Amino acid sequence: MWDNVKDFASDFFVTGDPLIYGADVAIVLTMVAIVSALTYFKKWTWLWKEWLTTVDHKKIGIMYVIAALLMLFRGGIDALLMRTQLAVPELEFLNPEHYNAIFTTHGVIMILFMAMPLMFGLFNLVIPLQIGARDVAYPFLNSLSFWLFFMGAMLFNLSFVIGGSPDTGWLAYPPLSEKAFSPGVGQDFYIWGIQISGIGSLMTGINFIVTILKMRTPGMKLMKMPMFTWSTLSSCLTIILAFPILTVTLALLFIDRYLGAHFFTLDGGGNPMMYINLIWMWGHPEVYIVVLPAFGIFSEVVATFSKKRLFGYKSMVFALMSISVASFFTWAHHFFTMGSGANVNAFFAVTTMIIAIPTGVKIFNWLFTMYRGRLSFPTPMLWMLGFIPCFVVGGMTGVLLSVAPADFQFHNSYFLIAHFHQVLIGGVAFGYFAGLYYWWPKVFGFKLNEKLGKWAFWLWNIGFYVCFMPQYFLGLMGMTRRLSTYGWDKGWYELNLISTIGGFLMGIGFLFQVWQILHSIKFMERDTTGDPWDGRTLEWSIPSPAPMYNFATLPRVSEKDDWWEEKQRIAQGGAPSPRPKLEPIHMPKNSGIPIIMSACFFVAGFGFIFDWLWMAIPGLVGVAACMLAHSFNYNTDYYIPVEEIKRTEAAAGRAI
Amino acid sequence: MAQHTNQGAHDAHGSHEAHGSLKSYVIGFVLSLVLTAIPLIIVLNDVLKGTAATVVLLGSAVLQFIVQLVYFMHLKEEGKPRYNMMVLILGLIIVLTIVAGSIWIMTYNKVA
Repeated sequence: MWDNVKDFASDFFVTGDPLIYGADVAIVLTMVAIVSALTYFKKWTWLWKEWLTTVDHKKIGIMYVIAALLMLFRGGIDALLMRTQLAVPELEFLNPEHYNAIFTTHGVIMILFMAMPLMFGLFNLVIPLQIGARDVAYPFLNSLSFWLFFMGAMLFNLSFVIGGSPDTGWLAYPPLSEKAFSPGVGQDFYIWGIQISGIGSLMTGINFIVTILKMRTPGMKLMKMPMFTWSTLSSCLTIILAFPILTVTLALLFIDRYLGAHFFTLDGGGNPMMYINLIWMWGHPEVYIVVLPAFGIFSEVVATFSKKRLFGYKSMVFALMSISVASFFTWAHHFFTMGSGANVNAFFAVTTMIIAIPTGVKIFNWLFTMYRGRLSFPTPMLWMLGFIPCFVVGGMTGVLLSVAPADFQFHNSYFLIAHFHQVLIGGVAFGYFAGLYYWWPKVFGFKLNEKLGKWAFWLWNIGFYVCFMPQYFLGLMGMTRRLSTYGWDKGWYELNLISTIGGFLMGIGFLFQVWQILHSIKFMERDTTGDPWDGRTLEWSIPSPAPMYNFATLPRVSEKDDWWEEKQRIAQGGAPSPRPKLEPIHMPKNSGIPIIMSACFFVAGFGFIFDWLWMAIPGLVGVAACMLAHSFNYNTDYYIPVEEIKRTEAAAGRAI
Repeated sequence: MAQHTNQGAHDAHGSHEAHGSLKSYVIGFVLSLVLTAIPLIIVLNDVLKGTAATVVLLGSAVLQFIVQLVYFMHLKEEGKPRYNMMVLILGLIIVLTIVAGSIWIMTYNKVA
């Protein structure tokens, strides 16, 4: 009996690596600390009522951001472990198997569990406020999306202490990811973690498209929407077209692994190349999904801190929307070396170069917005300024990679690694940081400390170049990606060491950001205006943090940047535009079903991973039961009475 | 108070227009059954073979698609900004790209 338990445990838990034992201890201690703190302070009911069951987009947004920052920490630790291993030749810090697992989890976590949720968090925090809506179109679905993402991410993260991490690269190419070559459960953790969170992503895409198309405040025509709203629309459009491809591709891989089919095996008529073709049909649009909202953020930030209307509004809209469609026509540039023939490669090389044009248009728009503006440089603007040169260089190296014959030289080398980190860190991470700094006072009612923010910015920015510029040269010198170690004779020693130093500089930059947040919470200065940046769009017209119903009365919009125009009118002695009479506000009720249903998905996924049908089937039954329960729940909404609105507005210092 | 029962009903939420009638649903249902039956009969009874069978199969698939859109997705009854139609066209372009692109790319990668 005891032997059976020991056998099971030695398979079930990951053993033998001191780093992992350390993580085990840390996880257990953190859990104990959280549970005892919640119990000691009697916060369980508060947690359940205020957060876990909330359908309020602002709270869901905060939860997304917290989850994303935790995932940034995990993905960042992975990155620093890799850079440590590569700092010196022939180091034996990580063994090759462990290294494989770490580059896989680093990639998956950073794209799917860091960039995506941070993006969804910003959508949630900003979009309804920006378009003058009380909530998103489907608040229940919004909560469900968050919890599905959260459970998917937790399932994936569990793999490094239970069962073993996936170790076949962030896109899990077959035949390596097939059962024959990856018999462990790591690959199944990958499939189920991504599938479950993918359902959430798809629903968020639908939710925000409907919100933007249907719930704008009176007078806000499409061509009067703020640019971040436009970028969200284009990103969500790409989500709903691209994510089903990922779902189908991973489902086929699952059928291969679980039922012994042959879609992507080398025998039985399958073809692994088809997987690569399919996964990049999602993978390429995916990078535009995460970068388009960053473009929207930069557009808001640059206009606000130049005190000018965004240059070329229409061309910006056109660029965003055309990228979201054109992103579907370039996928084969990820596998030029697969050998699809000269015509295919030529076609996809040209489409790739074409998509650089709308991106270039945007760069000029931002530059011309700053031209002769009244510029100021608080932290959001600094990230914007750091972004432009970084993204231009990253984009240019992308154009180099798009030259199909040259790509045979660059493919899977550190040149490629440097390129995509430059566009993803320089574009996406810098963009979301700018967004977080910019909207932080709107969400929490106080600004983040500028001094620490500047330290963080410079550490990140300098660290970035120190880390990734040497990698371009390493790539040209022949260093390929996913290499766990290299010899002294290669001549890659100095550049790798420099690159590692840069990586750690960015790590210190992250620590500064954590310090900045903690410091700002301790020494916060409450913003009572609701408009600390002298903003332009509707979210700045309401108190910070926004009341539960966002807008006491729906604003009537007549211009682009309507709040800015209104402020100008008032400054010139005009009267503020009249507000309609207060009416009871119709709001959605909280629901516990999303978190319970997502937990059931988690149980079902875990069951499938270990092939325990006794666990998977009850999990799925639970999912069905939750759907049924929600279908027959008619008690989903309520009205906030006028008296309460008056009280809330008065407490926020607003006259009604 | 809670007359609205659907999730996410808001102040800005307009009233729903009624979709279809019993007649249109019955027509749609019968048509979709017929279009499902045709390929089954042809294949199971070996009525047609080879290219002819493929053409009939694909043809009834396309017709089935149209029937679903018209009778059940109410594509014709849409309000003024024809979002459904626009998204449908975009979706078709993407699907076409995926299918044709995959075939084109994989032509050079046939195993055996």
